[in-house]
Formats: sequence, structure tokens, C-alpha cells
Amino acid sequence: MSKATVSLPRSAAAHAVLLAYTVIALFPVFIIVINSFKSRNAIFRTPMAPPTTETFDLVGYRTVLAQGDFLQYFQNSFIVTVASLFFVLLFGAMAAFALSEYRFRGNKLMGLYLALGIMIPIRLATVAILQLMVASGLVNTLTALILVYTAQGLPLAVFILTEFMSGVSDDLKNAGRIDGLSEYTIFFRLVLPLVRPAMATVAVFTMIPIWNDLWFPLILAPSEGTKTVTLGAQMFIGQYVTNWNAVLAALSLAILPVLILYLVFSRQLIRGITSGAVK
Amino acid sequence: MILTLHGSGPVGVRGNVVRLDAMKAFYVHAELDRDRAETEHMTAPAASKRPFRWHIAIFLAPAVLVYTAIMILPLFGTLQLALFRNIAQSQVFVGLDNFRTLFGDPNWSVNFWNALRNNVWFFIIHMLVQNPIGVVLAALLSSPKLHFSAFYRTAIFIPTILSFVIVGFAWKLILSPLWGVAPNLLDLIGLKSLFTPWLGKEDYALTTLGLISVWQFIGIPMMLIYAALLSIPDEVIEAAECDGVTGMAQFWKIKLPLILPAIGIISILTFVGNFNAFDLIYSAQGALAGPNYSTDILGTFLYRAFFGFQLQVGDPNMGAAIATMMFLIILVGVCIYLFLIQTRLRRYQF
Repeated sequence: MSKATVSLPRSAAAHAVLLAYTVIALFPVFIIVINSFKSRNAIFRTPMAPPTTETFDLVGYRTVLAQGDFLQYFQNSFIVTVASLFFVLLFGAMAAFALSEYRFRGNKLMGLYLALGIMIPIRLATVAILQLMVASGLVNTLTALILVYTAQGLPLAVFILTEFMSGVSDDLKNAGRIDGLSEYTIFFRLVLPLVRPAMATVAVFTMIPIWNDLWFPLILAPSEGTKTVTLGAQMFIGQYVTNWNAVLAALSLAILPVLILYLVFSRQLIRGITSGAVK
Repeated sequence: MILTLHGSGPVGVRGNVVRLDAMKAFYVHAELDRDRAETEHMTAPAASKRPFRWHIAIFLAPAVLVYTAIMILPLFGTLQLALFRNIAQSQVFVGLDNFRTLFGDPNWSVNFWNALRNNVWFFIIHMLVQNPIGVVLAALLSSPKLHFSAFYRTAIFIPTILSFVIVGFAWKLILSPLWGVAPNLLDLIGLKSLFTPWLGKEDYALTTLGLISVWQFIGIPMMLIYAALLSIPDEVIEAAECDGVTGMAQFWKIKLPLILPAIGIISILTFVGNFNAFDLIYSAQGALAGPNYSTDILGTFLYRAFFGFQLQVGDPNMGAAIATMMFLIILVGVCIYLFLIQTRLRRYQF
């Protein structure tokens, strides 16, 4: 872009606005995390100050780890997220390959059918999904959640991956065919490794809503053994609402893993969102 | 992308809006392309001789089966359940009676219209606050040679990745009069007298929650508009500068018209996300959406009707009726967008 428009006051103003908004965005997270490390008195007396050696106290974390079964909740969330992600990526990539690679009757119609779920939220089907899960005995199992999240993630995954796969060179695939590779080998050995960046983008977009979802764990799997960390934190905080140390510690425990993952993958995520533009 | 997804997690779904763009072309040309594909299919002699290609079916089967069984069939199942009622332990077809109850019986209709009104206000807050702030932030981020822009981008996006539960409780604590963080902050700028327990007052609670939700999701419009701004080719900007159009005039006359389609997509995704929102209200105010139902939206209303809460017994059929109404509202919104707004927005191909 042109340099003519850049001037010192303008860029200083831009920094001021952006910095101000960054503070607004980060302040609540910051205040929760610093206060979770303080004693009860300090939380109320000096809520804005970071913990000092005098006010440092881990009593909140001790309560959380003693009372709530957070390790179990983390494990549940982890299993559900990873399994759903695996199925979304595998099934989504397979369907996307079929749609982008072969001409067959009803190809476009199938693409349209699978894309419907991008606009219509699966939540509206909850009443019948619960009946289905009751009928098949899957209520209060992680399987129920994995199935629902797989269905939820598929439309977008198919849609994005179809676009990426149609960009994979035909020559490469045809060379494979001439060498006698089966269609399955072509898909798993040639095409999948080439669309890995797109798969990573889809993975990040699929993962965040699954990890953060409250609705389906609340309705399909609220039992103690199958609670996810989002539901676990929600219920724990609801019970301990007057124990500020415990509530702040529980919130921090729920924030930190997502935050760390995000900082590791933020480049990937942001590139995924802007990749429509940045060529 | 929202998305959310929505439900489809809003984040999930919203983030990929850039590509949803392509979906339009997809919709419009689907028929045309299909016809063409079939003609080609018939004229190619090799194609007609080819045996049934099992691998296509095998590639498609898992996705289509899971999607159909867990999403499409239950969706229609829910629409169908709305036409039945449980009488003497068996489901009896009652036609549109459940909807008559929903609109006519004061026990239901008062709550329904209240939830719908609140939901519309919730959406209006998003449109009025989220989009302008998103545009300003994106415009600033995309200004040339801005230092630390990656840092700002990453930091402003952080609230978007947090779950509603965290966001709801964190703000509830911060705004709590017991803790005093909010009054302390207002005191710093000399406005302490303005403080009231916003989440606890009927007049302010919904607006406050709307603003909290905007705070959480501002990252999505910001990123999408940022992407749209980056995709404007340099030649267009240079041509504008040659004609002496710079600064604010350049933004209003050149860039804004070019990013209108992105704003359109953000609006429809916000619409879908807002009309099936639930988690934030449930975490911050509970299923009763207090104080006195002033923050009740369709999602929380559906939850109480279908699942039951405290003294209320759950009624799957009424729940299905409410879900059907939500489905229709979202469908109407999406159709208005696809057929009225989208077709009028001029798109530019570079």
C-alpha cells in the first residue's frame, strides 16, 4: 500500500485506540487470574493489585482440586473434543474428496445438502436428538456427545475442504492412477498430506465450539462421570458461588488451557480466517 | 467464522464466513451446473460404460450417514413432534394446537413474546455496537506499516475463544457490587455515581448481557472485515490516491463499499448466532433468566419448556413447537439475506 497516508499523529492515534481496546479485551481475564492467587481478604481489599508475597494464597485452587473432580472433567472434555475432531476431519475430508474429485449424478445437490447445516444450528434438533439418545441408551455417555459434535462439525468441514481439494493438481492424481494406485491410496497418500494446512484450520474452528459448548453436555450427558469441563465449571461455580477463592480459581483453571492452546495456534487460526484474502 | 456456530458453535460457524461467500454462487448456480454435469455425463461414452463407482459411495457414506442420522432426521423429527401432544401416555396428533397454545394461552404467550422481544433487542445491540467497533478496529489494524498489529489481533481475539461460562461468570463478578471492581474503575474516571448493579436491574440486565456478548465476539467481525480490507488490491487504492481521495474520504468512498458484502455476512451470522443463543444467559442469570425474566431469550425459554426447571415440568412437544418457531425465524432471516440483501450488494471481482 502507499506510504503517502502514513503520518505520525495518525499512527499514534491508531495505536492509542487499539491499545485501549486491547486493555478492554484483556482486563477481565487479567483481573480474574491475578485474584485467583490471592487470599480472601486481599481479593476484596485490593482487587486491582497483583498478588504480593503477603497476599499470595492458593486456597482457591486447593478447594477446587479437593471438591470438584476437575481432572475427570478435563479428561472427558479431552476425549470428546479429540474424538469428534478426528471423525469430523476424517469423514469431512473423505466426503470433500468425493465431491471435488468425481463427477457424478447429484454431486452439486449433495454438496448443497451437506452445506445446509452451516446455516441451520443443530441445537434446534435437540428435542428429537434427546429422544434418539434415550432410545439407543446413549444418554450420559461420551459417545452421544461425540456423535452430535461430529454431525455439527461436518457441514463446515466438508465445505472448506471441498474448496481446498479442488485446488490439488490433477496431474499428480492421474500420475498416481497410471502407477496403479487405488482411489483410496490416492486419497490417503497423495491428497491428504497436501491439504494439511486446510485441515489444521478446520481443526481449530471445529475444536473451540466443542470445547466451550454447554448446551449438549447439560442435556445429553450431565452425570458426574461424563461432565465436560465447561459444564463442570458451570455447576461447581453455581454451588460455590459465595466462596470467591474457589470460584476465581475454577475460572482460571478453565481459562488457562484454552488460552495456552490459543497462543500456540493463534497464527494458524488467524491465517485460517484471513486466508480468503491473503494470497 | 459462527458461527457457533453456532450452536454450531458460534465461533466455529462464524469464522469461516469468507468462504460462505462462495456458497452464494453455489446456491444460484447449483441447478445450472447440475444440468451441465449431466449432459457431459451422457455425452461422454466412457462415462456411460463405467461400472458403478463404489469408492465414491464409500467416501461419502460416513459423513452423509452421521449428518443425516444425527442432524437432519432429528431436525425434521423435532418439527414433527411440534404437531403432537402427549395425552394419556401416548403421542396424539393435534395439528397446530401446540402453536395455538404458544400464541394464545397467556401462560405461554406472555413468555414467548417476551423472549422474542428480548431476542430482537439482543440482536439490535449486536448490530449497533459490534459492527461499527469491528469496522473501526479492522480499519486501524489494516493501516499500512502499523507496528505490533499481530499483537493487537491476537489479544483482541482472546475473549472469542473463551467459553460463555467463563465470560458470564467473569463479568458477573466484575460487575458485582460486592467485589467493587466496577465501582473502583468508575471512580478512577470520576463516574462512580453512575454505578448500579446492572445485571440485577430489570431495565439494564439485558442490555448489559448484550454488551458482554459483543465484548466476547468482537474478534469475529474484526477479523473478517480485516480480511476483506486486505483483499482490496493496491491498484484500487493507488488509483484513489491519484485522484486525490485519501484518508477518511478514501475509507467512506472506496473501502466501505468494497467491504459491504463482508458486513452482510457478519450480520446474517450474528442473526443466526443470536437467535439460538443460550449459554451466556444461562451462565450469568440461570435458567430463569432473571431478574423477573427480563433477560429471557428464545434459547432459555426453549430450555425451560423442553427440559423443565424447578416447578415447571418439561414438555418435549411444547419444546419442539418453540424450536420450530426458532427454526422458522432463522430460516426467514437467512432467506431475506440470501434473496434480498445478498443479491443487491454489488460485488467486485478483481
